[in-house]
Amino acid sequence: MRNWYKSGEPWVWTTAGAVALSLIMVYAVVWLTAARGLTHFWPKPVAEVTYQERSGAASRLIGEIREREEVSLVRLREQGYTIDSKDLFADRYLIKLGNKDLTGVDFKWFPAPMLGEFTYPKDLLAIERREWGNFYGHLKAVKEHGNVVAEGPAAWGEAQKRLARSNDLFRQALRIEKSDIGKINYALEKTRLSERRLEIDGTLTDAAKAGFAQERAAREADYLALQQKLDTIRVAIERDSISVETSDGQVVDIPLAKVADMYLPNAMSVWQKMGFYVHKFYEFVSDDPREANTEGGIFPAIFGTVMMVLLMSAMVTPLGIMAAIYMREYAKPGPVIRAIRISVNNLAGVPSIVYGVFGLGFFVYVLGGSIDELFFAEALPAPTFGSPGILWASLTLAILTLPVVIVATEEGLSRVPRTIREGSLALGATKAETLWRTVLPIASPAMMTGLILAIARAAGEVAPLMLVGVVKLAPSLPLDGNFPFLHLERKFMHLGFHIYDVGFQSPNVEAARPLVYATALLLVIIIVVLNLFAIRLRNRLRERMRGLEGV
Amino acid sequence: MEKIETNISRVGGYTGRRMARDRLFKHVMTFGGLSVIIAISAIFFYLASVVVPIFMPAQMGDLQQVNIPKDALESSVHLTSEEQAEIGVRMTDRGSVTFFDLRDGRVMAEEKVALPEGVDIASFAAGDPSQQVVAYGLSDGRMLVLEQDFKVTFQVDPDDHEKDIRTITPTIAYPVGNEPLGIDETGQALKRLTVQHSGESTTAVAQTADGRLVLAAFESRSNMITGEVTTERFGIELPPVEGEVSQLLLEVKQRDLYVVHGGRFVSHYDVMNKQAPRLLQTVALVPEGETITAATILSGGFSLIIGTDQGKVSQWFQVRGDDNVNHLTHIRSFKPMAGRVTMITPEHFRKGFLAGDDKGNVGLYYATSNRLILKRSTGSEPVRVVGFAPRANAVLVESAGNAIQTARVENDYPEISFSSLWQKVWYESYPEPEYNWQSSAATSDFEPKFSVAPLTFGTLKAAFYAMLVAIPLAVLGAIFAAYFMSPRMRSVVKPSIEIMEALPTVILGFLAGLWLAPWVDNNLAGTLMAIFLLPFSFVITAYVWHLLPQRLTAGIGSGWEAALLVPVILVVIYLAIQLGHPIEAAFFGGNMPHWLTNELGITYEQRNSLVVGIAMGFAVIPTIFSIAEDAVFSVPKHLTSGSLALGATPWQTLFFVVLLTASPGIFSAIMVGMGRAVGETMIVLMATGNTAVMDLSIFTGFRTLSANIGVEMPEAAVGTTHYRLLFFSALVLFVFTFVVNTVAELVRHRLREKYSSL
Repeated sequence: MRNWYKSGEPWVWTTAGAVALSLIMVYAVVWLTAARGLTHFWPKPVAEVTYQERSGAASRLIGEIREREEVSLVRLREQGYTIDSKDLFADRYLIKLGNKDLTGVDFKWFPAPMLGEFTYPKDLLAIERREWGNFYGHLKAVKEHGNVVAEGPAAWGEAQKRLARSNDLFRQALRIEKSDIGKINYALEKTRLSERRLEIDGTLTDAAKAGFAQERAAREADYLALQQKLDTIRVAIERDSISVETSDGQVVDIPLAKVADMYLPNAMSVWQKMGFYVHKFYEFVSDDPREANTEGGIFPAIFGTVMMVLLMSAMVTPLGIMAAIYMREYAKPGPVIRAIRISVNNLAGVPSIVYGVFGLGFFVYVLGGSIDELFFAEALPAPTFGSPGILWASLTLAILTLPVVIVATEEGLSRVPRTIREGSLALGATKAETLWRTVLPIASPAMMTGLILAIARAAGEVAPLMLVGVVKLAPSLPLDGNFPFLHLERKFMHLGFHIYDVGFQSPNVEAARPLVYATALLLVIIIVVLNLFAIRLRNRLRERMRGLEGV
Repeated sequence: MEKIETNISRVGGYTGRRMARDRLFKHVMTFGGLSVIIAISAIFFYLASVVVPIFMPAQMGDLQQVNIPKDALESSVHLTSEEQAEIGVRMTDRGSVTFFDLRDGRVMAEEKVALPEGVDIASFAAGDPSQQVVAYGLSDGRMLVLEQDFKVTFQVDPDDHEKDIRTITPTIAYPVGNEPLGIDETGQALKRLTVQHSGESTTAVAQTADGRLVLAAFESRSNMITGEVTTERFGIELPPVEGEVSQLLLEVKQRDLYVVHGGRFVSHYDVMNKQAPRLLQTVALVPEGETITAATILSGGFSLIIGTDQGKVSQWFQVRGDDNVNHLTHIRSFKPMAGRVTMITPEHFRKGFLAGDDKGNVGLYYATSNRLILKRSTGSEPVRVVGFAPRANAVLVESAGNAIQTARVENDYPEISFSSLWQKVWYESYPEPEYNWQSSAATSDFEPKFSVAPLTFGTLKAAFYAMLVAIPLAVLGAIFAAYFMSPRMRSVVKPSIEIMEALPTVILGFLAGLWLAPWVDNNLAGTLMAIFLLPFSFVITAYVWHLLPQRLTAGIGSGWEAALLVPVILVVIYLAIQLGHPIEAAFFGGNMPHWLTNELGITYEQRNSLVVGIAMGFAVIPTIFSIAEDAVFSVPKHLTSGSLALGATPWQTLFFVVLLTASPGIFSAIMVGMGRAVGETMIVLMATGNTAVMDLSIFTGFRTLSANIGVEMPEAAVGTTHYRLLFFSALVLFVFTFVVNTVAELVRHRLREKYSSL
C-alpha cells in the first residue's frame, strides 16, 4: 500500500479523473440539449386522470405529462396538501393542462398521491390555437354557422377537412396583411419622407405636393381594395367551428379560424407520429413565432442570424486578411510589430460585452447619428441608422472576430515554406505576384479556418448583440421585396438572444421551455458542425504543409 | 510596328506596370493593415474618451457683474432664471420682480406684485425650486402666491422667411388667484413664512408678529361639470417652540415642517394631517455656542442642509431607529465655509446646493458624493442671496452692496467621487450607510446610487467560484492529457475540449439557470455529496485497479485511466443523488435549502454561486486546459527521459521535472482563464438573480459588472453619469483582461525561449 502510494498512482488517477469529469460534462451538456430538443416535436400522449384537490373534492384533469420528479413530503405539506403517508418523499408530476383561457393556469405540479390512474382515451384531442396556447378535450361535433354538420366518430374526418380549408384561408389573409399591405405602408412612408425631404430643402412646390397627394390617393385605393378582399376572407374563415368537451364536462365551441393545428395524439400510430414529427420540425424552422415567441417557429431568428453572420463575414474577411498580410509580409519585424501581434492576440480575450459597449457608443450613436443627420434628415427625429440595427451588429461582431481571422491567417502565412517564396521570386515574379499567385493560395485553407471559427463565434455570441441591434420580435426581416431589398438599418432576431429572451424574459417560461431546448439544439448543431469542419480543415492543412516542407 | 511596341512595353513592364502594381499592392496592404490595427486600438481610446469627463473637475466661468437698477431701500430676496438660463429673475422684499438678460444685464421687464390697498409686504418665502412658486407674507395676515411665467411666441423673421424668431415675454402669474390667501385669522402680520404649492394643494406655515405659529392649507377642487373651482381652507395653530424662530421650512410634499429656533434647535412637525399637526421632536443640531444661520431642504424634500455661524455645513435627515421611530440624524459634514453661512439654496432637481458666507465666498456642494465642487469669491462683502438656474448650469449671487454676479457652471457629474463609487454611502431614506447600485427609478427626485463596489465584488466572486471549479479540473486534466494519456485517447479528448470551448455561453447560461439551478435546489445534499465524493472515488478506483490481478489489467495498459473512470464517475454521481434524498430526510428535515435558511440562517437562492461556478467553470476549463496542456506537452523530452533513466517514477518525474519547468505556462493558462471568467456576461446574467449584494456565501447570487452593462446599457440615456459609468465598467473590464492576457502572453513567450534553449 505504501509503495503503491509512493509510486504516485493515486495522483495519476486523480488527474485522469479530471479529464474524465470534463468529458462527462461536455457530453452531458450536448446530450441534455439533444434529448430535450429532439423530443419537443414528438406528439406526447394526452392523459386523463382523476385528482383529489386540497379541499378534498375530486376532479378530472386532461393534459400532457411533462416532467416527473421526487420531492420531499415536507415541501408538499408546506404547499397545503394533506398527504397521509409514512414516506418522506413522493413523486410529483408537471402536467400541461392547456385551456389557459378557461382556467388561467397552463402548467401545474400535482403530487402523485393525489392523482388516480392515468388513462389515455383515443378520442382525446389536442388543439394548437393561435392564441391562448393549447386546448385539450374530447371532440364532440363540427359546426357550420353554429349548426351541427358532423357528430360522433364522423366528426374527426370532417373537422380535418374544414381545418385544411380554414388554414388555407388564413394563409391567404396573412399574405395580404404582411406582404401586400406591408408594401403599401412602405410606399406611403417613402412618399412621406420624400415630401419631407423637399420641405427641408425648401423646394416643395405646389405641383410636387399635388403629385404626392395623388400618389397617396392611389395607394389608399389599393389599400381599400385589399381591405375588402381581407374582409371577405375573414367572413369565410369564420364559417366553421368545433365543439369540444373539457375535463370538467363543459362543452366549448372553438372557431376553426383560431386553430393552427389539431391532432389525436393517443390514436396515432408510430408512422403517423414520425410524419407529425417531420411536419412539426419543418414548421419550427419555417414559421414565424406566436404568442410572445413561446410557440410557433423561429424562422426570423434563423434568418437574422444567418444574415448577420454573412454581413459580418463580408466585412471581417478582407480586413483581417489585409492586416495579417501587412503584419507578416510587409511590416518590418521588430519589437513594434511583436507588440502589435501580442495586442491583437489579446483582443481575442477581451470580454465580448466591451465590444458591444463600443459598438453602441461609437457605431450607433456617433457614426449612425452623423449618417442620419447627413442623409436621413427627413426621417428625424425618428432615427434611421442612429439606432441599433443589423449593420452595426455585424460591424461590431466583425471587430470582435477580427483577431481570430488575423491570427489564423498569420499562422497560415508563416507556415508557407521559404523555398516556395524564393522559388517564385527567383523566377522573376514581383513580391505582389508571389503573394497573390503562390503564398495566398497555399495559405487559403488557413484563412478559411479562421473565417469558420469567426463565424462559429459570431453565431453564438449574444452579449454584444443585446446592445447593438437584436430584438425579441422584429416586425420585418432585414431582407424583403421592397426596394432597396436589403434594409441594413433594421433590427433583427437572433437564435442566441431568442434563447435568452424566451427562457428568461417570457411570461410563460414553462410552456416555452421545450421550444428553447429545440432552439438551443439547433444553435449547438450549427456551431459544433462549423467547429468540426474548421478542425478537419486545419488538420488537413498541417499535413499538406508537412508535405511541402520536403520540397 | 504597333505590335512590337506593345510587346516592348510588356517586357519593359517588369520595371513599369508590373512594378507599379507591386507597389500599389504593397501600399494597399500597408494602408489597410495599418488602418485595421489603428481601428482596433481606437476601441480603447473611444471608451476612455467617454469615461474621462466624469473625472474632470466641474467648470465655472468667471463671475460677471450685471447691474440691475434697484431702489436703495430694497434688497433682493430671491434669484433664479428661466429654464434655458437666458433670463435672470430677481425678486425684492418690496415686491418688485425684475427680469433681465443674464448675459448683459439688460432689463427685459419689471413688475410689481399686485398688493391690496394699504397692505405691506412683511415676509417672503420660496417654495420648492422645482415648482417655481414663491409667496409674499403680508402685513394683514394674508399671503400672495406667485410664479414666474414665460410666454414663448414665434414670429416670422422679416429678413429670412425660412426662420422664426423666438420671443420670450417674461411676466408673473398668480397660480391661486390674484386675491391673497388668509393665513392668520387674527390678521397679524406674517413675520416669517414658508410655503409649498403643487397642483391643487397649497400649504403655508407662518410666524405671526406676536410669535404664534400658524398653519393654513388650501385644497382646490374643480367641479367636473361646471368647471367651477372651489377652494377649501384648513387653518390651525401649531404647538409653540422655545426661543426665537429663525427659519421655517416646509418640504415639497407638504408633510413635514422643520422650525429652526433658539439658535441651535430644529423642531420637526408632522403636518401630513392638516387638521391635527403634531410636534414630533426637537433636536439640537449644533453644539452650544454655535448658531444655525442658514438652512434649506434639498430637492425631493428629504434632507435638511444647515449652515452655522462658524461656517460648518452638514446634512440631516430622518432615520428610522431601532425603536421604529424616525429621528433627525446627522448624516455627513461637508467641507466648511470660511465665514458665517448666510444662505443656502438647493439645486432644482439634483442633490446639490449652493452656500454663501459673510466673507463673500460661495461654495457649490453635492450631498451624495460629499463634495465641495467649486468655491468662488465674490469680493469681501457678505453674500446675501444665492440662486440657481433650473438646470443648475448657471448660478446667481448677490452680496451686500454689490450688484448681481452670475456665472455659467458646467457640473454634469457631481455624483461621482471616490467615496460615492467605492465606499459606503448613506443614501436618503436608508437606515444606515451602505454599498448600493441603483441607477434609476420612476420618480424624478430619486437619488441615484452609483456604488461600483458591489458590482466589482460580484465580478470577483463569480470569477472566484468559477476558478474554484475550473482550476483543479483543467490543470489536472491538462497534466494527464499531456503526460499520461495514450495517443488514441488524445485524439478523442482534444476535439471534445475544442467543442467545449466553442459551445455558446448563452446555452450554458440557459442550462444553468433553467435546468441546473432547480435541479440542485431539489437535490442539494446529493450534489454536495457528489462533489465531495468524486476525488475519493478516483483514488479508491486506482487502488482497486492496483489490487486486480495483473492478467486482467495488463491488456488495457496505462494511458486509459480516464476512460476507465468515466463509468465510475457516473455511478458515484448516481449513488450520491439516490442517497441525497434519504439523507436530506434524515438530517435536514427533508428540505436542505429550507433547513439552511431556518436552522443556520444562511440565505439560499436558487440561482446561486454554486450554479454559476459550475457553469462558468465549464466555460473556462477549455481555455485553461489548452494552454496548460501545451505548456506541459512542450517540455523537452530529454529532460523527462533523463529523469526516468535515473530511476524516478513517472509521477516523480512529472512533479519534480515537468511541472517545475512548465509552471509559468500553467500560471499563464490560469491568468487567461481568469480573464475570461471576469468578463463573461451571459452565464451570470442567466444563472444568478443579478442582485447587487456583497456576500461571500456560495448559496447567494451577485451582480457582475458585465451583466450590469448588459441589463442597463440599452436604457441608459446618452451622456448621463449613468451612461458614462457603464462605459467606465466596460473600460475596467477591457483594461483588466488586456493586462492579464498580456502578462500571460509574456510569461508564455519567455517559457518558449527557455524551452528552445534547453
